[in-house]
Amino acid sequence: MSEDEDKELFASGHRMCAGCGEGTAMRAILNEAGPNTIATVATGCLEVTTTAFPQTAWEIPLIHAAFENAASVASGIEVALKQMDKKGETNIVSFAGDGGTFDIGFQALSGMFERKHNITHICLDNEAYMNTGIQRCSSTPYGASTTTSPSGEVSIGEDRPKKPLARISGAHDIPYVATATIAYVDDLRKKVRKALDADGPALVHVFAPCPTGWRHGSDDSVELARLAVETGIFVLWEAEDGEICDINITKKPKDRKPVEEYLKKQRRFAHLTDEHIEKIQEEVDEKCEEYGF
Amino acid sequence: MGEQKGMTIQGNMATALGAKLCDPDVVPAYPITPSTLFPEKISEYIADGELDAEMIRVESEHSAMSACIGASASGARTCTASASQGIALMHEMLFIAAGMRLPIVMAVGNRALSAPINIWADHQDSVSSRDSGWMQFYAEKNQEGLDLMILAFRIAEDERVLLPAMVGIDGFVLTHTVEGVQVPAKEDVDDFLPPYDPPHGKLDPENPMTFGSLGTPDFYQELKYDQTEALENAPEVIDEIFDEFEEEFGREYNRITPYKCDDADIILLTMGSMSGTARAAVDEMREEGEKVGLAKMTVFRPFPGDLLKEIAGDADGLAVVDRNISPGFGGAMFAESAGTFINESKSPLMKNFIVGLGGREIFKENFKEMYEKTKEAVEAGEVEKPVEWINMNEDVMR
Repeated sequence: MSEDEDKELFASGHRMCAGCGEGTAMRAILNEAGPNTIATVATGCLEVTTTAFPQTAWEIPLIHAAFENAASVASGIEVALKQMDKKGETNIVSFAGDGGTFDIGFQALSGMFERKHNITHICLDNEAYMNTGIQRCSSTPYGASTTTSPSGEVSIGEDRPKKPLARISGAHDIPYVATATIAYVDDLRKKVRKALDADGPALVHVFAPCPTGWRHGSDDSVELARLAVETGIFVLWEAEDGEICDINITKKPKDRKPVEEYLKKQRRFAHLTDEHIEKIQEEVDEKCEEYGF
Repeated sequence: MGEQKGMTIQGNMATALGAKLCDPDVVPAYPITPSTLFPEKISEYIADGELDAEMIRVESEHSAMSACIGASASGARTCTASASQGIALMHEMLFIAAGMRLPIVMAVGNRALSAPINIWADHQDSVSSRDSGWMQFYAEKNQEGLDLMILAFRIAEDERVLLPAMVGIDGFVLTHTVEGVQVPAKEDVDDFLPPYDPPHGKLDPENPMTFGSLGTPDFYQELKYDQTEALENAPEVIDEIFDEFEEEFGREYNRITPYKCDDADIILLTMGSMSGTARAAVDEMREEGEKVGLAKMTVFRPFPGDLLKEIAGDADGLAVVDRNISPGFGGAMFAESAGTFINESKSPLMKNFIVGLGGREIFKENFKEMYEKTKEAVEAGEVEKPVEWINMNEDVMR
């Protein structure tokens, strides 16, 4: 927990949609990081809804440059502070959505990992380009209907599986990688703390439901994040020092719920037939077996 | 005043040495021909303990400029080097560096843009980013490359300006060519260039600020106006700092330097290394009695229209020599020179000559040809063909 717990570092009054998973995540993450933190943010929902001039929702120093470079802007900050002997205990955190992490920002992220900057990258994953109007990206799951992967007479919607971002990040042999959701805020904060305390680059991949893009009730975001874990759709794990074989499952769903419970609550999956759902269930079963439950 | 030291070095080393004398804190860089020697020299200075700076060996030019932005916003004196495709790749970030008013300095090894791929001298790379809000300086020789780096930091960091700056040296013609330079003493550069302290704040947890806000239609235009005004006010600061530099170091710089222009009927307007050849051509033509002069443009952004009017306003003809092309119109310097005179009651007739693209050699004879063609237009009282390409290889054209 941060020392300055009574002061919210992610101010209210921002322009996020009601029920936005990113808002819940941001409040927890910034409060955990504390005031001695400098952040970069990629273009996207988080940036647009929190930085409209002359206001800002950020009570810590923030810089937004462009879509694909939150990690390289952060690299410049980290090195500048080190060179000017001001690094001290200042946390450097780069924030990006799934588009700004999985897709257009991946080169910058990989470069930051490889150079071993002491930076924590937080990916707020809502599984499509939501800021531009729900277009698919490499984080969009199989079967989701988006505006560029619409379901139709001859289309299931998105027809490719989600890119395994956290595992790819771990393959860079960085000290800390974790997945988290807004349904388990203590777990999220604990992982953010570990990431910030790691001696080198870290990634926290945060699953953040989007009522607007997933087309679910704005009061269902936390519930959906929980169901994603309980069905095995989104597995919570952490890895230290890049040892992918040492994946530590941080939250094992005891009796896994059927994926249908998760899918049925979202209109982006409304077109799926029983056959499709069965296929998704099989894939989730297979993945969970890999993870050991 | 310390003594200046004579050295015989390549252009890239001159700009790297200029940067070193300015004590940058952070140098994010990505190698690209023909500017690669710059990051190599900076790495060497750091490795040998001669320069206390941090290199960031980034994975692309886009990340180089992105890291420059992060470092500069943190209050670090920041520079980089690039060329050609590298500048094209960082194009997006150039606008953002200027929009955030970050005084980053970039040494450019001016080179052509693909396709076809070509690594040789050409101004297309930096000229194509003239709308990005950066100041642009172009060197005729290695000495100017070295001096302009020092000048660029000083001007960029001036509170009245606070904008990034590029210093262009022509690919190979300067970057890889050895010339004698005078190197100012470190303590004199220290006196000339005070440490950088961002006057309007930086990324600092003690005083949190948001950089790079969303500018809605209610604010965007005013923020762009402020930025543009800073660039348009820069000439006064540039002139003042050029004068101070001359007093301190004995070398004269002007946004445009006239040569034999006072009584000239026809003036050649040039930029970069071609200016030396043009000067020699002017001397030879003067010996033959031709009333020709040379105007060498050192500062392309902000465009020195005021000086161009002073220098060429009374001439009959102005031959604008562009080592770049904006397909569908002509050279960039030509378009801007023409715009400069648009509302003047008296204006020289203007011809535009496209030369030296992709490292094509530029000879004295080429300048004589441009002079003759401009003279013909003046005598005819009209410009039949405003844009002409010079020194074409007719065998290839067939």
